[in-house]
Amino acid sequence: MGSGSGELMTTPSLPCFDEMREPDGTVRPAYAGYRAWLDAQAPGLLKRKGLEAEAFFRRTGITFNVYGATDGEERLIPFDPVPRIITAGQWRKLSRGIEQRVRALNAFLHDLYHRQEIVRAGRLPERLLQGNLAWLPQMAGFTPPGGVYTHIVGIDLVRTGEDEFLVLEDNARTPSGVSYMLENRETMMAMFPELFTRVRVREVSDYPRRLARSLAACAPPAFTGDKPVVAVLTPGIYNSAYFEHAFLADQMGAELVEGSDLKVTGGRVAMRTTRGWQPVDVIYRRVDDDYLDPLTFNPDSALGVAGIMDVYRAGGITIANAPGTGIADDKAIYSFMPEIVEFYTGEPPILPNVPTWRCSEPDALAYVLDNLAELVVKEVHGSGGYGMLIGPTSSRKEIAAFAAKLRARPDNYIAQPTLSLSTVPIFTRAGLAPRHVDLRPFVLVSPNGIDITPGGLTRVALKKGSLVVNSSQGGGTKDSWVLDD
Amino acid sequence: MSLRLAIDHATTYQFAGPIRRGLQRLRLTPLSGHAQRVIAWDVAFDGATPEVAYTDEYGNQVALVALEPGASSVTIRAHGVVETRDEAGLAGRHSGYLPLWHYLRDTRLTTRGSGIAALVTGLADAAAQDPLATLHSLTGRVRTAVAYAPGHTNSATPAETALTAGRGVCQDQAHVFIAAARALNIPARYVSGYLLIDGREDQDAGHGWAEGYVEGLGWIGFDVANAVCPNDRYVRVAIGRDYHDAAPITGLISTLPPADETAAVQDRLTITLSVRVAADDSPAG
Amino acid sequence: MLGRSANGIFWMFRYLERAENTARLIEAGFRMALTRDSGAASEEWRSVLITLGLHRAYAARHGEDVTGPHVFNFVLRDRDNPASVMAMIETARTNARMVRTGITREVWEAVNESWMNLREVFARPVTETRLRDVLDAVRRQAIQVRGAMEGTMLRNDIYHFAGIGTFLERADNTARILDVKYYVLLPSLSAVGSSLDNVQWENVLRSVAGERAYRWLNAGQMDPRGIASFLILDERFPRSLAFCYTRLATNLAFLARAYGFDTPAHAIQRAGHAELAGLTIETIFEQGLHEFISDFLARNNQIAQQIQRDYRFVE
Repeated sequence: MGSGSGELMTTPSLPCFDEMREPDGTVRPAYAGYRAWLDAQAPGLLKRKGLEAEAFFRRTGITFNVYGATDGEERLIPFDPVPRIITAGQWRKLSRGIEQRVRALNAFLHDLYHRQEIVRAGRLPERLLQGNLAWLPQMAGFTPPGGVYTHIVGIDLVRTGEDEFLVLEDNARTPSGVSYMLENRETMMAMFPELFTRVRVREVSDYPRRLARSLAACAPPAFTGDKPVVAVLTPGIYNSAYFEHAFLADQMGAELVEGSDLKVTGGRVAMRTTRGWQPVDVIYRRVDDDYLDPLTFNPDSALGVAGIMDVYRAGGITIANAPGTGIADDKAIYSFMPEIVEFYTGEPPILPNVPTWRCSEPDALAYVLDNLAELVVKEVHGSGGYGMLIGPTSSRKEIAAFAAKLRARPDNYIAQPTLSLSTVPIFTRAGLAPRHVDLRPFVLVSPNGIDITPGGLTRVALKKGSLVVNSSQGGGTKDSWVLDD
Repeated sequence: MSLRLAIDHATTYQFAGPIRRGLQRLRLTPLSGHAQRVIAWDVAFDGATPEVAYTDEYGNQVALVALEPGASSVTIRAHGVVETRDEAGLAGRHSGYLPLWHYLRDTRLTTRGSGIAALVTGLADAAAQDPLATLHSLTGRVRTAVAYAPGHTNSATPAETALTAGRGVCQDQAHVFIAAARALNIPARYVSGYLLIDGREDQDAGHGWAEGYVEGLGWIGFDVANAVCPNDRYVRVAIGRDYHDAAPITGLISTLPPADETAAVQDRLTITLSVRVAADDSPAG
Repeated sequence: MLGRSANGIFWMFRYLERAENTARLIEAGFRMALTRDSGAASEEWRSVLITLGLHRAYAARHGEDVTGPHVFNFVLRDRDNPASVMAMIETARTNARMVRTGITREVWEAVNESWMNLREVFARPVTETRLRDVLDAVRRQAIQVRGAMEGTMLRNDIYHFAGIGTFLERADNTARILDVKYYVLLPSLSAVGSSLDNVQWENVLRSVAGERAYRWLNAGQMDPRGIASFLILDERFPRSLAFCYTRLATNLAFLARAYGFDTPAHAIQRAGHAELAGLTIETIFEQGLHEFISDFLARNNQIAQQIQRDYRFVE
């Protein structure tokens, strides 16, 4: 599932916040309805349902499963049948914070590709942009249709207390995982239909419709007619997220296109249909910037459309997300997000960042070097955990070796404390047992506003004590509930 | 001093086999600006259809044209009249949304190597104190290091390669100059355009030179090939970090095999260009 | 719909159809071979290979050694044979995956389950004992996909492109069988009406799963003219050329109506269909059965090519 970090660690000895139970074992209000339902069930139900769930998910999840069955491109990601529950009140506060952050991200992107006021104001060091390949000169001076840069955003959150949600990472390029959010809910409703009559949970299933509406609201100037044509651009059936691309296209009633289906003609980007070339108004692309246009970026790319950037600048198509949004979720930029939010919204950030030391700053570097054993150190431009250090689980020798790398290139690293991530129960053979989780809400942006689907994707570390929620490393997913008032 | 220059620039591609598909990005339209005013200008096509026109991130006027499938030759003709003024090389303040540091970034054609490093040896202090004088002396150094000699390089030759070979054309000299200026932390860029040459109304190709940025003065042109700062004989058409960004024509073309395999026809590119002083005040056709 | 999707669905159904027909051909060949001495059995298997256009590829793999298990393993599952039934099912599934948004979950699952089943079935060599079960499995997959298609798909262009793929392929397959076996049906050879001829004729019918239908319609009377007429002109029989062309006409007519335009492919198909409708089995034998079949195959292929162009399957 994309560039999910999920690599935060906690020291197991730290007491952590359990989202279901208070330290004395009392069930928290969020889970009261669920617990009451569970208690009313015959003993062993969850166990039986757990087994059923597995069979059910294998069957319905066949679409996940078989898409990868040939070459293992996409695996079945383990699903846990205990919901992760957020109260209406908690969600209201979270939504405000997410909305503020996403608003700031878009304003920030607009500024970076125009006058860079934030740099002129001395609030963001120019050097962060200067050598940064995620900043695309081709976007300079251009405003995307509707002024929207990030049509779809995923904000990765972790929780450390009742009201303490922190942003771990922003995903402003092409966040994935929304199909799991939708399938998880379908699975839960099929397994425990009566539960949903007892506990009122806010709907997520209309996400594809909202996505379609949100994208349609960003039609380019060249669009004429009454309904913009939306297409999903996929790298093809061998891409690991192909299932999600097909799923979303299907649910939106949009065409699922590949680069070879498209060309520039009649001043537009058009798709080759059995009736002729049909102009596309909005393209939801799941292809990286570099592969988008061989005439502009990587000339060897066969996944994109030659000339699409020309049509884009001429107002003939909307590309979602806009090229060059990656600069906003750069790890080096991340540490400035509190300043960025404040600069563009004029308010202090509602959602804090995970505290971050920028090793490029001498004081911070000194602190990080002194406390390596307690910190997580990440590469600024890296993704996927290469070249990172997890202090608490590293040997003295590993720490010493890493300190040398850090001293050699301090500006390549940031460091974060190990946090005590919250836990949520999962179903195990021995009954319910707490496991660490994160949350990725999905946010849609259009000129009509910011639309946050209640809940999102909860990733859970299935191994006891583990903090690694990545699906590639033993992570699973859960249905995420936001309670109705 | 001011001049009215009449320009007629035609590019013809002839292909051995018919065109399967092709897209060409054209930067062939000069804009009125600091030292020039466009009186009349037109770009016409034969064998190609205009798709879109827009202003790119450098402020260049760009047209994207699709080649007509099945055609075996394409002609693109840009022509018109531009009034120019001698501004002693000054090309105006920095404008647009590209930050100055963008012009300090390397590109494939201007990547700095040991040759560039050697070329700027001893200039660092001077560059910090008097960048204008440094750029002037750099013009001399590049001229000495890269002799003007056509036929040894092409449009894809990087600066470092031309420098090692010690010869090249105006484009190579401009690239070496740009790479060297950037090595001295002076923003620099490439200009593609036209040049009036006495006694050579008909030319083989457009011209290219460099611009460096000096705080307080703005962008200043340096034509290494002719050892001058551009004057009223120069028409600026497009700018970029290197030739590739500013090139008159870039694109992708694929052709089908020729119908008659035995006919030894090869793909051919013909450029005709005339730059002359306009006969009178009427726009040239 | 996308031209690429039309291409995907077209080939998905062509391959499913071809896989099914190949299984029938193997079944008929196997039955025939069982009743013959080894020399004649070899001959029978060779004709199966020729019908499938695989004789050269087979020779490159096994040389002149034409025996049942070699042949059916080569045709069904040999990795060195890119035209094996397993490869066809695999290609059909890849195409289904590509057009996933255009087909229902039921159709996708039917294709996918077939693929999973057959992958297991073909994991080890097919023995003579196992052959019948294996062929059953191949036939069943086609029926399941067709069932899912009929029961769940919208009658839109996607559905009709599937039909076009199916019936072009089926007409091609039936014509190929006739092309290889035409001499069995020629009057000069069948004058005697020996029991051997009866077996041969029945075998032709069995290759297209038509032996029971034919007997039922003709009160058990076998004669070459009747069989040729049944396979070419009888619109009641779902594998006859006439049936395929009537269905093809329906599919193409839908597209013309839905899109509001005719294509050159319509014209070629109409001409072919009209000619077929105007023929009697006597005229076919007069013109020469072999020539008729050759012309039919060429035109069938021409229609397929033209459809791919007209509907922009590829650029």
